[in-house]
Amino acid sequence: MTAYNTIAFDPSRCESCNNCDACITACAQIKSGTDDPLHSRIKIVAGINGNQPELALCRQCGDPECTKSCPSTSLTKNEQTGIIDWNKSLCIDCLLCTVGCTYGGITYNMTLKHVAKCDMCDGDPACVKACPTGALTYLTSANIFNEQHEREDLFVPGLSACQGCNSEMIMRHSLRKVGPDTVLATPPGCIPGMGSVGFNGTTGTKVPVFHPLLTNTASMLAGLKKQYNRMGRKVTAMALAGDGGAGDVGFQSLSGAAERNEQILFIVVDNEGYMNTGMQASGSTSYGSWTTTTPVGTEMKGKPTNQKNLAMIMMNHNCEYVATASTAFVEDYYEKLDKALEASERGFAYLHIYSPCPTGWRFPSSQTIEVCRKGVETNFAPLWEYERGGELQFTHSIDNPLPVEAYLNLSGKYRHVNEQQLAHIQQEVNDRVKTLKRFAGLN
Amino acid sequence: MNQTHYLIAGASHAGLEAVHRIRLIDETASITVITRDAQLPYSPTILPYVVSGQSEPDRVVLRNADYFKSQDVNLITGNELIAIDEAAQQVTLKSGEQWHYEKLLLATGADPIIPPIPGLSETPFHVLRTMQDAINLRTHAGNAKTAIVLGAGLIGMHGAENLRHAGLDVSIVEMCDQVLPGYFDNQAASVIEVAFNSNGIHMLMGSGVVKVEPLESGCQATLENGQTVQADLLLVATGVKPKLDYLKGTSIQIDQGILVDRTMRTDAANIWAAGDVAQAADFYKDEKVMMGILPNAVTQGAIAAMDMAEDEALQPYSGGVPINTYTFFGQQAISVGQSVADEQTETLSRVDDDNQSYLKILLKDNQLQGISSINEEMDAGIMWQLILRKIDLTPVKDAFIAQPLETGRALMSSTWR
Repeated sequence: MTAYNTIAFDPSRCESCNNCDACITACAQIKSGTDDPLHSRIKIVAGINGNQPELALCRQCGDPECTKSCPSTSLTKNEQTGIIDWNKSLCIDCLLCTVGCTYGGITYNMTLKHVAKCDMCDGDPACVKACPTGALTYLTSANIFNEQHEREDLFVPGLSACQGCNSEMIMRHSLRKVGPDTVLATPPGCIPGMGSVGFNGTTGTKVPVFHPLLTNTASMLAGLKKQYNRMGRKVTAMALAGDGGAGDVGFQSLSGAAERNEQILFIVVDNEGYMNTGMQASGSTSYGSWTTTTPVGTEMKGKPTNQKNLAMIMMNHNCEYVATASTAFVEDYYEKLDKALEASERGFAYLHIYSPCPTGWRFPSSQTIEVCRKGVETNFAPLWEYERGGELQFTHSIDNPLPVEAYLNLSGKYRHVNEQQLAHIQQEVNDRVKTLKRFAGLN
Repeated sequence: MNQTHYLIAGASHAGLEAVHRIRLIDETASITVITRDAQLPYSPTILPYVVSGQSEPDRVVLRNADYFKSQDVNLITGNELIAIDEAAQQVTLKSGEQWHYEKLLLATGADPIIPPIPGLSETPFHVLRTMQDAINLRTHAGNAKTAIVLGAGLIGMHGAENLRHAGLDVSIVEMCDQVLPGYFDNQAASVIEVAFNSNGIHMLMGSGVVKVEPLESGCQATLENGQTVQADLLLVATGVKPKLDYLKGTSIQIDQGILVDRTMRTDAANIWAAGDVAQAADFYKDEKVMMGILPNAVTQGAIAAMDMAEDEALQPYSGGVPINTYTFFGQQAISVGQSVADEQTETLSRVDDDNQSYLKILLKDNQLQGISSINEEMDAGIMWQLILRKIDLTPVKDAFIAQPLETGRALMSSTWR
């Protein structure tokens, strides 16, 4: 089985370009050498009754109907690239393929007298390069599946995470990549709570796992790692901790281990609170968030204080490697995980992953990745990395961010936010980016 | 006795889609496919293009031998069912072989109708349903100068055009007053007829044939009006109907075809039917109809297979919608759904005589019933879905009438996310 690259469309970004038609012109140019939109295989159509624009483009379906309606075998799904190839020399122009397509992805060109469809420009689509707003993107994250799917998932099936849980995805991706020569610490929180440490004398993890106290995760791992080193065994000492367990209750031992530059891979799954015990606020909970300890009433309007930025605090420990990551940008995360794993052989490596929580933040379980994506695209959760002695590097552009509402509007925990609070949050986001830019040497 | 879990009779669009669907959820059970053709599977739709030489017989294979091997499917060519014993769940093939099945799909297609015209049985003539038919016709056309085509249905029209492309002087004889009756309304049909005439095809409309007789070389047809036409070659294309004699002695109910329910089951246990052989639900009326078109064959093959393989994603057949995408001499006529208005439909049409184009939209309760066009850009698949899903066009009615293409694309694209 193979996963394929794809062209993704974000209508909210397309809307802002006001019918620029850059993608259509670029496609017509590369396919016919003219600007005539007739020759474009991508069409943007106005949304209905003022809704967002829509897209007529071949979806390169997994189980395509156009190929099944083709009597001449001129349409075939290419198993290597996933693209539905059209062979002109076999086509009889019967148009039956257009009956199979629900999205206007293969259409008859009256001038050329035959059908035309998107071929993704051999992996370098012209429309994507021409799009000025990033509404069209060429997604290559299928490579992750193609490269990683044969490695063993080192958590058992059937962990009892909530539907749509981002943390479960992070755990499975991370440990699969780090591999079986690992000792894993999961301090109290959602991660052991969903059963990764096991039930009734069984384990939920296929590597040695232990359940430290909230306060001593980093120090226990440091000791374990030293003992393995003494025995001459190469083992990764890894933590999967929540933001509360890392940044509040467990911060003393975390800070100490980072200061001593212990050889640890410390991954924090930041869902902005103590979600496992009933959604109480933590130090990482963002300003204005509803939680059970920062309720919304006549006096209080969600959390009255700003969140602390644990990743920046860890950077100031001068660790071997510090990075932030998001599951909406999984290729970026895999690169950082590689670097962190390597750094953890030299000393302390810290990864901070934004982990929106459908249950605690109140958004539909299908929207987890979208919330992750908007967090990054609004600069609420900027992606960056830092290597010891170097400068901070942004790994996703911080220029031209979406307004922070695009992120806040997705989660129920910000539903009550008033204009004043909104301005406060936008200011906090701007200030944080300004600070990060200083560390990056950009202003 | 040979054993197979799934037995599929017929290897055209319905049968092949069934193989694909079964393997999506059942990777291991044995599948046997039987086709009467000696060749690997091909589409009947391609045959007129084999006649003209545009398509080569060895380049139109829908699935090659490697495909059947990779899917672990046993393909038996040059054989066909001649009897079914439904109680014993076994079939007898023409070769005498017997096969025991757990589940049987009948996707045996249809055969040409030979009209009862006096003299026809004594006169050499062609039909166009199998690859061998196409090869025979092509060979004969190579040393013929003139041709008569009986019937202005899709096979007759495609056949005539492709014989014309092969350089022959062609006459079409049709009983009805219009070409492609039942597929297009008379307005569209007249545009098509004009195009045929202006490309040198003699259109002898509204006239049946009373007599056919062989000549020393070729034949002569005498029409109702007394006119006679002579030609080197005769193609009979007066429709198709399924051959059903192999069902004798079974409890399978038949009318014009094999009667099936909305999951393509016949009245006999463990036997399904799909494609041109099946008579299944109509989309518009509460009756079962023959709908011999390719997209419906694919849909029916998929539904039958999903039911056979107990696929939980099965959705019952929503009924046949007539669809035709007809290209002729570089022009296009497309018709999706109902093509002729009735008293309940609201009809909107516009004609552009300069460009020989026209568009007609039929609505009922602000739902699309049918749309047809000539030489207008049209997404047939989108229109099909708007009809099948009974999409309420009330909020977009003006936009849809003004710009059916763009509005249809926006509607369907919005269902993607």
